[in-house]
Amino acid sequence: MHSVLQRGNAILAYALSVLAFLTFLCFASTVFLDYRTHAEMNTVKVVVKNVPDYSASREKNDLGFLTFDLQTDLSHLFNWNVKQLFLYLTAEYETPSNQLNQVVLWDKIIQRGENSVLDFKNMNTKYYFWDDGNGLKGNKNVTLTLSWNIIPNAGLLPNIFSYGSHSFKFPVEYTTSRM
Amino acid sequence: MDIASLFDDVRRMNKRQFLYQVLSFGMIVSSALMIWKGLMVVTGSESPIVVVLSGSMEPAFHRGDLLFLTNYPEEPVRVGEIVVFKVEGRDIPIVHRVLKLHEKKNGTVKFLTKGDNNSVDDRGLYAPGQLWLTKNDVVGRARGFLPYVGMVTILMNEYPKFKYAVLACLGFYVLVHRE
Repeated sequence: MHSVLQRGNAILAYALSVLAFLTFLCFASTVFLDYRTHAEMNTVKVVVKNVPDYSASREKNDLGFLTFDLQTDLSHLFNWNVKQLFLYLTAEYETPSNQLNQVVLWDKIIQRGENSVLDFKNMNTKYYFWDDGNGLKGNKNVTLTLSWNIIPNAGLLPNIFSYGSHSFKFPVEYTTSRM
Repeated sequence: MDIASLFDDVRRMNKRQFLYQVLSFGMIVSSALMIWKGLMVVTGSESPIVVVLSGSMEPAFHRGDLLFLTNYPEEPVRVGEIVVFKVEGRDIPIVHRVLKLHEKKNGTVKFLTKGDNNSVDDRGLYAPGQLWLTKNDVVGRARGFLPYVGMVTILMNEYPKFKYAVLACLGFYVLVHRE
């Protein structure tokens, strides 16, 4: 006869292997899906100041201010293996000192079940747009892109870029007004 | 199955059988080590699997979730990625998201991280005077996610007695159990 311990062990082992198998199926069923989609964004107001960055070098660095519009529908990205989307709006630009600069200006967590049809008008950024130097004034090509990091229930953690981006210029003069 | 019958098995073994048991125990330990070291080679990361220890990335990662890392030198670090990094003076690696990044023409890159659940960036967590992370601080980039599994190691680290009990039971079982 089997003892209680043996039965318990068998049940636990079987339950765990079934769970592992189902988790793998959940991962395998969504691993090849295409999570790209369209997003429209636009800048409304763009100014740049030259002020000391006390959080970093304490030297005077360029600090950009902008407000933006954003429209996108991400509801079809959710499936049984998407627990959360981490949305982030990146400003990407080149300066004489740095070949590539990427600054996240705004981010948002959308969990499954929450509203994922976004339509923002004249939004303020969530983070400061500090440059690593003085490369923002008169910068002719700053590109805004929306991306999302997919957090699954179990599986890969891809970073996806949206279709559609927006390029804008910074003014050639520093603003002196208070922001 | 009571204790006496467990030892019956051992008593019935001859020397060769006992030696065989010890060897198979050694095989289990060494193959676990081989898998770990093999993963280090394949992923390029000194620690290919990490357990999330804090709630700073909630609701994406909770305490006890498992992350699979890679750290290929040819893959550039980009904003929005989740990196695992070590800070001088702290034993435990930190899992946070890249928020800002500046890359020079010669390829040197510096970046700033922030936990999704934290309201400020990580400059307060870095070593005194450190403003940016570089590639040398990075242990790996999060590529895969598996929930809850790391809870076992958290339990074991928080209750060392439980760890030794589990290890003793497993070792005893492997040595005594006959195939």
